[in-house]
Amino acid sequence: MESDEELLARLRDGDEAAFVALVGRYQGSLLRVARTFVPSDAVAEEVVQDTWMGVVRGIDRFEGRSSFKTWLFRILVNRARTSGVREHRSVPLDPGEPAVSPARFAGNGSWTEPVTPWEADIDDRLVADSWGPALRAAIDELPDRQRDVVLLRDVEGLSGADVCEVLGLSEGNQRVLLHRGRSRLRTVLEAELRTRGR
Amino acid sequence: MMVLLRRRDELVCQQVVELVSDYLEGALPRAERRRFERHLRACPNCTAYLEQMRITIATTGRLTPEDLGPDAREEFAELFRSWRAEGPHGSG
Repeated sequence: MESDEELLARLRDGDEAAFVALVGRYQGSLLRVARTFVPSDAVAEEVVQDTWMGVVRGIDRFEGRSSFKTWLFRILVNRARTSGVREHRSVPLDPGEPAVSPARFAGNGSWTEPVTPWEADIDDRLVADSWGPALRAAIDELPDRQRDVVLLRDVEGLSGADVCEVLGLSEGNQRVLLHRGRSRLRTVLEAELRTRGR
Repeated sequence: MMVLLRRRDELVCQQVVELVSDYLEGALPRAERRRFERHLRACPNCTAYLEQMRITIATTGRLTPEDLGPDAREEFAELFRSWRAEGPHGSG
């Protein structure tokens, strides 16, 4: 697979196929992040389209100081904020759910039942057995801000510092959101594994 | 004083699961990290839990982009041509 930078170089030369390849690579995540800022799918699609226009027109101003991804999501969030009616960033973090249901712990804080180790190769198997949809669905159901952080950190692989910059979060809040999101996804995978019987 | 005493207590599993992300992010203060690791050495359950979190993160990172349908591809190809035609300062 061509790297973003290779596609970007071709895009600078006006290569339409490179542009479509980049769109294919990021459209899903862009829409998901955009949707957490704006009231409807239709507005999210407009924001994302606007973002791509910003990429095509602004590519000569992209100097590669940040990764393409970081630049791309920064454009998206800026545009989404301009057209979004929801200002969820200013809402303080609520205490949130515990990472693991309290029912799993005894009064002294120890696990009531042993935690089953997952096989080391389970991530390959999860993907191979097309568990992607289940995980996607779980990400889609995360609260907005957790979803943004999980998408940028774990799906797109941005650094914590870049996520803070793109979303305008403090490091502490970024970690809290990441923790809740990841904990929730672990719970979903655990439940899936149980259902499918391992 | 109470607080100081409590801080020296060993972590329990229910606390460990809330510290996992800070641990993986390298955000635990040194003393707290030692306490965390001391618990892990004695607790196979929390060790398994930590590994489950690592696998969850790795699996999330392996999600592949969904396919863009042929219609969407063509739509974006057309948009690209129109944006290019308008030039970098075009309106829109």
